[in-house]
Amino acid sequence: MAKMNMLHAINSALDITMAENNQACIFGEDVGHFGGVFRATSGLQEKYGKHRVFNTPLTEQGILGFANGLAAFGAPALAEIQFADYIFPAFDQIVNESAKFRYRSGNEFDVGNLTIRTPYGGGIAGGLYHSQSPEAYFAHTPGLKLVVPRNPHQAKGLLRACIKDDNPVIFFEPKRLYRASIGEVPEEDYTIEIGKAEVVKEGSDVTLLAWGAQMEIIEQAAEKAQEAGVSCEIIDLRSILPWDVETIAKSVVKTGRLIISHEAPITNGFGAEIAATIQEACFLHLESPIMRVCGLDTPYPLALEKEYVPDALKVFAAIKKSVEF
Amino acid sequence: MTNPNNISLNISHALKFIDSHALDIPTLTILGENGEVLEGAAAPDIDKDTAINLYSTMRFIRLLDERMQAAQRQGRVSFYMQCLGEEAAITASAAALKPEDMIMAQYREQAALAYRGFTLEQFMNQLFSNEKDLGKGRQMPVHYGSNELHYLTISSPLGTQIPQATGYAYGQKLKHIDPATGELNSEIDNLTICYFGEGAASEGDFHAGLNMAAVHEAPVLFFARNNGYAISTPADEQFKGDGIASRGVGYGIKTIRVDGGDALAVFAATQAARKMAVENGEPVLIESIAYRLGAHSTSDDPSGYRSKEEEAEFKGNCPIERFKKWLLKQGWLNEQEDEAEKDKIREDILAALKVAEKVQKPALEELVSDVYDQPIPALQKQYEELKEHIKQHPEAYPVTAGRIK
Repeated sequence: MAKMNMLHAINSALDITMAENNQACIFGEDVGHFGGVFRATSGLQEKYGKHRVFNTPLTEQGILGFANGLAAFGAPALAEIQFADYIFPAFDQIVNESAKFRYRSGNEFDVGNLTIRTPYGGGIAGGLYHSQSPEAYFAHTPGLKLVVPRNPHQAKGLLRACIKDDNPVIFFEPKRLYRASIGEVPEEDYTIEIGKAEVVKEGSDVTLLAWGAQMEIIEQAAEKAQEAGVSCEIIDLRSILPWDVETIAKSVVKTGRLIISHEAPITNGFGAEIAATIQEACFLHLESPIMRVCGLDTPYPLALEKEYVPDALKVFAAIKKSVEF
Repeated sequence: MTNPNNISLNISHALKFIDSHALDIPTLTILGENGEVLEGAAAPDIDKDTAINLYSTMRFIRLLDERMQAAQRQGRVSFYMQCLGEEAAITASAAALKPEDMIMAQYREQAALAYRGFTLEQFMNQLFSNEKDLGKGRQMPVHYGSNELHYLTISSPLGTQIPQATGYAYGQKLKHIDPATGELNSEIDNLTICYFGEGAASEGDFHAGLNMAAVHEAPVLFFARNNGYAISTPADEQFKGDGIASRGVGYGIKTIRVDGGDALAVFAATQAARKMAVENGEPVLIESIAYRLGAHSTSDDPSGYRSKEEEAEFKGNCPIERFKKWLLKQGWLNEQEDEAEKDKIREDILAALKVAEKVQKPALEELVSDVYDQPIPALQKQYEELKEHIKQHPEAYPVTAGRIK
């Protein structure tokens, strides 16, 4: 075990991948010698060569088009989109191509070798275009898998699982935690199964559900609740697509209450899908309506970011409302 | 001297703009209308077997297109797209490749697939989206694909295959790169050819794909089929520059323009382009000039946007006839045998059509397979619910009801 921040953990997962398959390539804007604007690919070009770790021209649709082709060829294609806010020029390549490659060809061709890494989320004073959480757009697309880690240990194991998975996966990295989150991470290879949520802390009164950087917010809210005598069960969803209905439903059957929190705007956020599914699965066990504590339906702000974000205080307010319903 | 801006270091003191049509790009033509090799032109190195295969493929595709266009009018298939007028451009370029080279086509390139050996039965199974279709009945007619024949399954969104071709070709090159020097250490064995129309070249993916291929030195042949029309939009409403070829220079890509009605010119250009691409590890742009003699698809009627006079001007200029005349001059083809073979092919096509249209549609499980490598739990649950529903209302779902396990 070693102490690593999330960037080191991601770098370690990439390093293992590059070492195990000499066809694997890492590419994106500034990922070469510079090591990426956040340094996630630091040192990898020196180690594996410019032909396997390289800068691309500034074209997100090109990066994903190239990635689809390389993955279809059979090489592990590790594409980086510098900020999730800039993934939209590649939307067609991801939604119409990556996601449908296998289905439309009757399994003659696939891009299971594709993994897209992209930093998402706020908290870095990034304003409209360095803060978004666009996971819900992609959650509406059969054929994709979506994964979000909450800490360095999870990041390495989940990223390795995404790379090994034989489907195209988008790995959303919570950039606020890149350096802030530090923990013990095995130096050797390991994977964490995609599609499984994790009960991080057991509780009896309310189930709190989040993913990625929002996990520490609901943990803070749970501490406040504890002081107020409310016991919260905390779950990290980890995979948005496919998502673990069973684990969430089991918890809600026990607690009778569910609060979902995400940074993306509330309307049509992934919390809406969870709420709809869980109310159907747990209808007779619910003690209060399923609640969502999310971003407002505005573009991501700058000066008023603190007011916008679903912070621990807002989550705690929802907990009180839920138990007092 | 350093060159951070990556430009030619050529200073001028005279204020002068480069003309917007500064390049005067010629069109390579080798064969005359009567099948003669034109003066000053050299016929490419093409053996008799290749030439006959090339011709047979064009002949087959013309007959298949005629029959399936009619089948659509009879309501037997929902949709069709003909290759009419572009048979030479597509077939001759495919003939200049190795059988293991990757083909990433747009949708009108069935001749390239036929040249590779896709069978009449396979064509029919796709057109009728029956259970024998390699694509499992999921895509509209003419969206063919075959892993075995290195022909990527067609995708309707235009231009998406262009940057994909760059990525695929980069993969083909990877094993030939010396890890120590980053240079090629052997000749690249296979490359990718990417077909697209002059309309698709307006998509952002065109820019992305060509620029990345140039920068990353991917061995891909970009084959632009400039056939004058994107559905109804004429080329002069699509771009202002000198065709598509003028753009190659902007990307730093070697470029040639050929007469797409001239099988020998297309073959010669593709053969030479392939050689450069695999030896140097670089992309090449080929712009083929032809005329889309038919409609865009069976859903289109060109009489609304182009004149009978214009169509007539090009109708006499059949690329198949032109090549046939050359073959006859070579003494490689017998006119009577050719006519007899055409009759036989027509019979075969009709027979294959009658078989394929009776083959049943794919089973219900093909609705949910291949979304992922394994169905995810949510989809598995939806599938079980759907099966139960169909079992309760079999009369409403006659295609699958009788086969649900």
